[in-house]
Amino acid sequence: MKLELGYINIKDIVFGSESKISHGVLTVNKNAVKDLVLEDELIADVSFDVAKPGESVRITPVKDVIEPRVKVEGKGGVFPGWLSGVETVGSGKTYCLKGMAVVTAGKIVGFQEGIIDMSGIGAKYTPFSTLNNFVVVCSPVKNVKQHDYEKAVRIAGFKVASYLAKLSRELTPDSTEIYETCGIKEGIEKYPNLPRVAYVQMLQSQGLLHDTYVYGVDAKKTLSTIMCPTEVMDGAIVSGNCVSACDKNPTYVHMNNPVIHDLFAEHGKTLNFVCHIITNENVYLADKQRSSDWTAKMCRLLDLDGIILSQEGFGNPDADLIMNCKKIEAEGVKTVIITDEYAGRDGKSQSLADSDPAADAVVTAGNANELIKLPAMDKVIGTLDFVNSIAGGGENSLQEDGSIEIEIQAITGATNEAGFGYLSAR
Amino acid sequence: MNYFIVTNNPMVRDEFFESNEIVYFDMEFEELLNKVKRYCEEGHKLLTHPLSGSVKPKETPYKSILISKEKKDIDMSSLNCIINCIDSCKKFGIINHIMNNEKDTDFQLVDLSLITSALMSADSCNI
Repeated sequence: MKLELGYINIKDIVFGSESKISHGVLTVNKNAVKDLVLEDELIADVSFDVAKPGESVRITPVKDVIEPRVKVEGKGGVFPGWLSGVETVGSGKTYCLKGMAVVTAGKIVGFQEGIIDMSGIGAKYTPFSTLNNFVVVCSPVKNVKQHDYEKAVRIAGFKVASYLAKLSRELTPDSTEIYETCGIKEGIEKYPNLPRVAYVQMLQSQGLLHDTYVYGVDAKKTLSTIMCPTEVMDGAIVSGNCVSACDKNPTYVHMNNPVIHDLFAEHGKTLNFVCHIITNENVYLADKQRSSDWTAKMCRLLDLDGIILSQEGFGNPDADLIMNCKKIEAEGVKTVIITDEYAGRDGKSQSLADSDPAADAVVTAGNANELIKLPAMDKVIGTLDFVNSIAGGGENSLQEDGSIEIEIQAITGATNEAGFGYLSAR
Repeated sequence: MNYFIVTNNPMVRDEFFESNEIVYFDMEFEELLNKVKRYCEEGHKLLTHPLSGSVKPKETPYKSILISKEKKDIDMSSLNCIINCIDSCKKFGIINHIMNNEKDTDFQLVDLSLITSALMSADSCNI
């Protein structure tokens, strides 16, 4: 499968009477996007704002971050199962608005949404501070169930992203990149001496408000399966969860998954990137056993030499992480895991809720319990009402001067377990 | 039904008291985990992960856990799992949140959604 990504660089976002993209400036007609969002009767009101890199702006509570993309050639459409049919995506040509994101914000489950600071020390912890963010702040109608409202906000974000991306249809991309995978037999013939490597991605799937969707299907109801690595670039996997901000994968991360991009960069040079395997993180222990058995079985059937395994979340997913690692290693497939740590504020405690000697190659995305002091910002998009109750916060987190003392787990993307972050030991 | 729910969440108790077997304890998170440990020591099997939800121990006061009705020899993987979870719980210390009504309801609701998801799996197969 071959996918060409055309990158349209967005240098600025402004509001105006006509939505358009010209010379890298995205102009948005507020009324047009407002009408789009308010199509859903569960959303009572919506406001829009723009947050630019370096500004003294704090966005909170953040639910999802989405990159606008549109399919311009080939099968299917971006966000299959949501905005288009369910035809297989990942081939043809897709345009991406680079340097910007759509951020959905507003309270859903107060303690499981995040903070994005656009400047100051907090900006160094979130990968989304470098983007021009088009922020969609929604508020619900009365008496709506939280999981119904989560779905409404999720789809509103996709609709806005899609609307903005479609403005680029007739443009010429600033740059393009081509991603191509080969079939199993073709790969063996083409790269007979390179190790066969796959990416095993664990998807958050613990229940309502903790779900991820694949082509519109709730991942907790799926068996471990194989995808072509280009499918996620067209929005085949989307976030539908309200879990800790630091280590959940917003939709933007699924679309720009750094493990997939880095494996493509090495494909045909140091390794043969065979496929993308997805599996879930259910709470029922028999589901964990079945899913990890299937993942290991597929690694064996594909005759893989090695895999990279990333998890999403903490606690319950640690059990899936170790089960996957143990079983895949037992099949003779070398396994490297990517996780983050909850090692206490002093970093001295046991990092994961489970462990095994087979997990002997680990990349950490950082200690989510690390305490940080975020300076006050001149402007808040959203509300600070939930800062003291957000995961990683406490009753004295929000100070009188507007500064916040909080664990980095409250910062969106701070310890992302796909490695989509800035923390480094270098 | 070959399972029962151990919970300290009043919303779970009220939601399922007619349709499922519920053992409700008005106690704190870690005490509840210790109760579950005793069930495992008696030979019951753990059916759901005690740290479900990626809600950190002691951030949420509520937890609901599925346990097998049947008692057999001690299931060491169940016992190890609950012991690991209790250890994880201890390392976090007590987090002092302001527990207003809205937040309390959110925590109860999240725990309810997690156990509902587990019940869907439990009821769809016979293990």
